[in-house]
Amino acid sequence: MSVAPAEVQRPLLEEDLDRPWITIVWNDPINLMSYVTYVFMTYFKYDRAKAELLMMDVHERGKAVVSNGTREEMERDVTALHSYGLWATLQKDD
Amino acid sequence: MSTGFQRTRTGRTMLRVDAMEKTVLVSLAEQMIAFVAPTQAAASGDPLAAIVGIDEVAETPSDPALARMFPAAYRDDDEAAGDFRRFTERDLRALKIANASKVAGCLERSGEKLVLTGDEALCWLGFLNDTRIAIGTRLEITEANHDELAELPVEDPRAGLFDVYDWLTFLQDSLVQLELESD
Repeated sequence: MSVAPAEVQRPLLEEDLDRPWITIVWNDPINLMSYVTYVFMTYFKYDRAKAELLMMDVHERGKAVVSNGTREEMERDVTALHSYGLWATLQKDD
Repeated sequence: MSTGFQRTRTGRTMLRVDAMEKTVLVSLAEQMIAFVAPTQAAASGDPLAAIVGIDEVAETPSDPALARMFPAAYRDDDEAAGDFRRFTERDLRALKIANASKVAGCLERSGEKLVLTGDEALCWLGFLNDTRIAIGTRLEITEANHDELAELPVEDPRAGLFDVYDWLTFLQDSLVQLELESD
């Protein structure tokens, strides 16, 4: 029988109150629609239908919320999307 | 006009380019490496910060093409955007340089037929996207003026650049289609 580690009382961090944050992808006239779909499928593992729906939202409405989570998770998503060359930002979801 | 990227029977990615196209692609790769190299201000910063990949310069680049390639991560919070940039922009520049270097390497080792591994194909995809962003921003392309740019008279200095942009668009789309099929 093993001994469970003592429960550590962790102080409430700002992060815990921070949920949810969102990542937004903005339309731009250069990125190809096929490429944006590809990025959503590759990075987020969205299926093709969902990826195309989000891509059309970006294209027709000018932007789309592509993910949500903690601020740290959204910074990770934005970093990745920037590495693919998409115009992405994060913000608190109000 | 080349046929774009194709899949070989063994599943590799293949592109045929003529001598002129090769010259253009090598030149674009070299220009991209110089274009996204860290600025003097960032390069002369704290050496310790440089080792861990943190920059002291945290402003959005003033060049519109660079501003588009290294966008602000926060729209309404300059301080957060600056912090984000300090921690990420150096790596992002290094990635773009690595992609362009890989593309140049593939062109140098090949004749008019390039056969790429899966990883190399992804470097090409990133490079083609970066190059289109750089040229497209220079041409001030919008969704409305695309056709107008396509019909510029030959003597217009933008005409040649638009032809390159259009060709890169074709190349990138053909590569995206292959990647989508393999998913």
